[in-house]
Amino acid sequence: MILFKRVAELFHYLGGIGFFIKDTLGWLFTKKRDFKSIIREIIFIGIDSLPLVSLIAFFIGVIIAFQTAYQLKAFSSEIQLAPLVALSLVRELGPVIGALIVAARSGASITAGIGSMKISEQVDALEAFGVSPIDYLVVPQFVTLFICMPVLIIYADFLGILGGYVVGASKFYISFGLYFRMTFDALGGRDILSGLVKSVTFGSIIAFVSCYEGFQPFSSIDVSRSVTNSVVRSFILIIVFDCILTAIFYFAGV
Amino acid sequence: MIKVRNLYRSFGEKQVLKGINLTVNKGETFLLIGRSGAGKSVLLKNIIGLLRPDSGTISIDGVDITQLTNDKLERIRLQFGLVFQGSALFDFLTIEENVGFFLTRHTSLRKEEIRKRVTETLALVGLKGIEGSYPYELSGGMRKRVAIARAVIYNPKILIYDEPTTGIDPIAVDKIVSLIEDLHKRLAITSLVVTHDLEVGLKLAERLAFLLGGKIIFEGDKKALESTTDERLIQFLKGSSGGPIKEMEV
Repeated sequence: MILFKRVAELFHYLGGIGFFIKDTLGWLFTKKRDFKSIIREIIFIGIDSLPLVSLIAFFIGVIIAFQTAYQLKAFSSEIQLAPLVALSLVRELGPVIGALIVAARSGASITAGIGSMKISEQVDALEAFGVSPIDYLVVPQFVTLFICMPVLIIYADFLGILGGYVVGASKFYISFGLYFRMTFDALGGRDILSGLVKSVTFGSIIAFVSCYEGFQPFSSIDVSRSVTNSVVRSFILIIVFDCILTAIFYFAGV
Repeated sequence: MIKVRNLYRSFGEKQVLKGINLTVNKGETFLLIGRSGAGKSVLLKNIIGLLRPDSGTISIDGVDITQLTNDKLERIRLQFGLVFQGSALFDFLTIEENVGFFLTRHTSLRKEEIRKRVTETLALVGLKGIEGSYPYELSGGMRKRVAIARAVIYNPKILIYDEPTTGIDPIAVDKIVSLIEDLHKRLAITSLVVTHDLEVGLKLAERLAFLLGGKIIFEGDKKALESTTDERLIQFLKGSSGGPIKEMEV
């Protein structure tokens, strides 16, 4: 019985978010956008996230380099460190780690912001003034995350590669020129494309989930629950979609 | 004119409105009273189309809004000016942007013209020099007055006040009441005031209705109220805890 209830809840949630995505995409091209609000969001979601993304991406690069070096040592192939770090970051870890950071930092904040507007009747006020809350609140977040995520992920990849270089230079005395030549020789257009597709997919997931959860609260207690749901559900969907996309790219030879 | 007939609305298992009948005449100030949680705000949201009823009709100047598509409903909704219970000013906008919000979104007026109208409307509610402030910088009473300014700036046909004096100090309450009276005289628009503050309501309204347990149990003018024999209404007017209205009957 409990299982049946959970499955029903899951379908109810997926149905709700499905209609929400349809409404958002329906509003996307209907009118001129207020670029001021999009730029404000780009500053918050993109630029203000840079310190955290830099720190985590750099250390992820260092960790991958140490782990990879440990394995390569057995084959005396430490020189292969640069391509392995770059491929792991660009194809997989950069998009996933970057998306998890943005979901936790900006997604949570989007949910809390819309949630507090909902319980203080500001969302009702928008409707009373003939303004669609989807158009006014959701579309700018979606556009911002769609634009920001690939840029943030490329930046995170670069910082991670730099972290890998620090290990390569200090432990194996690989020169800067050689490390980066090997990195860029190893990276093909397919790898970059795969990372970019993942980043826009994850950005869209964060936008839809965090905004949808923002509209759920009916009281202040519900806001904290919605923020938790927003982060947890974004994490789950990012990992699930990462798995699906990785499998698709593998079988499609990308 | 607002005409509500046999209106029902529930949330899940809980039936909040149970067959509401109500008429607000053109140009009058009408008071809707009832205990907290009686369904007053739900009724309001149905009247302005923010909620759809389960059944029943709501006609605004002869148009049944329950049958309208969302687009048409949106156009009807623009005839209303709404003052929300908690003011509902947009946190991220300045007072000027809040008050001018409707004009910015729905008219082609130039920025300077909107700015001029905002200053004039703020003066109408007794405020000046706060255009660049944010809502969190104002007191509760000032926020209410800004909310009233935001609601009247585009000359709506009907003004709705949801608990206009809740959460503000007695001096500010008096100012808000005077302001609403003054606006009604000057603008001569239909006003619907929803409150559980009887003293305030009776100062403002010509006719009133009492909502209890999801039903209107009284509708009439002040004279009819004075001569009522309904024990539930008498208990509410006296503010007595003993009587036919029990705690559960909300």
